[in-house]
Amino acid sequence: MRELELLIIGSGPAGLCAAISAAASGARVLILERSFAPGGQLIKQTHMFFGSERQYASHRGVDIAGILLKKLEEYGDRVELMCNATAVGFYEDNVVTVLKDEKEYFKIKAKSVICATGAYEKSLAFPNNDLPGIYGAGAVQTLMNVYGVKPGDRVLMVGAGNIGVIVSYQLLQAGVEVAAVLDAAPKIGAYLVHASKLARMGAPILCSHTVKEAIGTDCLEAAVVCRVDERFQPVPGTEQRFDVDVMCISVGLSPLNELLAMRGVEMKYVPQLSGSVPLRTENCETCIPGIYVAGDASGIEEASSAMAEGYLAGLCAAAALGHVPEDYEARRQEYLRQLEGLRSGPVGERIRAGMKLSAL
Amino acid sequence: MFEQTGVATREMVMEKFPPIERINKGPVAVVECYQKIPCNPCQTACPFGAIQIGEDINEIPRRDEAVCTGCGVCVAKCPGLSIMIVDGSKSPDTVEFRIPYEFLPLPAAGERVVGLDRAGEPICAATVKKVMNPPAFDRTPVITLEVERKYLYEFRNFRREAEARG
Ligand SMILES: Cc1cc2nc3c(=O)[nH]c(=O)nc-3n(C[C@H](O)[C@H](O)[C@H](O)COP(=O)(O)OP(=O)(O)OC[C@H]3O[C@@H](n4cnc5c(N)ncnc54)[C@H](O)[C@@H]3O)c2cc1C
Ligand code: SF4
Ligand code: SF4
Repeated sequence: MRELELLIIGSGPAGLCAAISAAASGARVLILERSFAPGGQLIKQTHMFFGSERQYASHRGVDIAGILLKKLEEYGDRVELMCNATAVGFYEDNVVTVLKDEKEYFKIKAKSVICATGAYEKSLAFPNNDLPGIYGAGAVQTLMNVYGVKPGDRVLMVGAGNIGVIVSYQLLQAGVEVAAVLDAAPKIGAYLVHASKLARMGAPILCSHTVKEAIGTDCLEAAVVCRVDERFQPVPGTEQRFDVDVMCISVGLSPLNELLAMRGVEMKYVPQLSGSVPLRTENCETCIPGIYVAGDASGIEEASSAMAEGYLAGLCAAAALGHVPEDYEARRQEYLRQLEGLRSGPVGERIRAGMKLSAL
Repeated sequence: MFEQTGVATREMVMEKFPPIERINKGPVAVVECYQKIPCNPCQTACPFGAIQIGEDINEIPRRDEAVCTGCGVCVAKCPGLSIMIVDGSKSPDTVEFRIPYEFLPLPAAGERVVGLDRAGEPICAATVKKVMNPPAFDRTPVITLEVERKYLYEFRNFRREAEARG
């Protein structure tokens, strides 16, 4: 069985930054990535990111992945990146079982593990929601921006959070007509600059609306939507039909962290962080020493905060393994300051509340 | 309304425009960023320090119309595509806009296009004067358009005519 110092599961912005940070301190790192390419969500983000310069704001997500991978190369053979490798089990003795290329199955034992597995898309229950043509918004974004496949001609987007609004804009860029963007909430959840970008392209955003049913025999042909009241109950007589061949569901993400639960890490359901999350210290360490969490796996936020958390977790994990850089405390404080800055505004209110509830 | 549709009201828009005297003097940035979000590339990008957000990156950007030269560097840098340049110095009847436009195929200089308002509704005709897409803009082309002056506070986007798209 292969034994190593630090194992990082997931190569999104959190995992890559954790690796950069730990390797910079001198730790030897293995990153497992279940996808065929590293970068996590970043590789399908063709829009410019928010944040500050330190989180590469105003760069496109896909380019940020390139910048981080290039940085990682500086550490040479101290870092190994294994793609098509899924961590499938995480056991008490810190053994992680890995399925590689869907055929090799082996064990790895690590002194320390950072879980940076990201999130999964939530779905929505309505009649015929299994018709072909109904996708998660993230799936459509992957189809378009990673594989270059146009999903259809006319789309109904369900969900006006950042993802729904950004993917709608990218659908327009791909030449797909956006019939409407719905949200059951009374207000748009996305950053309003993104919403305005979409609105001035003529794509209507309908708040207090939900999808009632999908219509089609072999695939999606239309969708019936209706207004909802303050208690999210459908208002009879407000039905509207949209003839669409694609529907995207973008009703939020949930942290993906079952591996940590399996390992016995103490978890808690925190609605502000969008699901079940591990309790952790300010250094991203869970209740089990040497096991860390960073990025969306610890609560749904943004790539900017995922990067800062990754840097912090990598720094602290490496330090606990004996690789303490001279400027350890200064760097730790800097990452904590960055996180505080990103979460300090009104849109960070939920996250701040969630952080309190999940603090160890 | 804005929080339900993403379409800013006339009052909100007016607040972001400098006085007409300033617009008539020459190009100036209009920064339509209304919500506190953690973002500050506009401040970082401006070579003249004309946009201030401050220490807390959640603050709303403030553009100083006396300092802004209308150079346009910030337009392609804003991830919200919320900045445009207006210039009323060219003629008494028209105004020039420089807006970010991330759709292909790009229009050509001289092309007549349909001017759209903030809800994407067609409101006027517009003429493309210039198309800028240098590497420094990082795939956010900036299009200069000439529009009748009375649409100064309504114009915000454009659409190419179906036949021009081929
Ligand atoms: C449409 C859209 C727009 C966005 N826009 C912005 C934006 O403008 N600004 C911003 O800051 N953020 C934005 N985000 C959010 C940002 O992309 C995420 O918050 C960020 O990617 C989270 O990083 P992460 O590293 O935690 O997870 P991810 O990027 O999801 O990476 C997790 C990685 O772990 C891998 N993985 C999972 N499980 C396993 C396993 N068992 N074994 C091996 N590998 C595994 C996955 O394959 C994936 O590569 C956007 C997200 C979306 C979907
Ligand atoms: S137009 Fe130029 S001077 Fe004016 S705010 Fe933008 S970058 Fe600064
Ligand atoms: S860069 Fe754009 S979205 Fe970001 S704060 Fe400045 S104006 Fe607002």
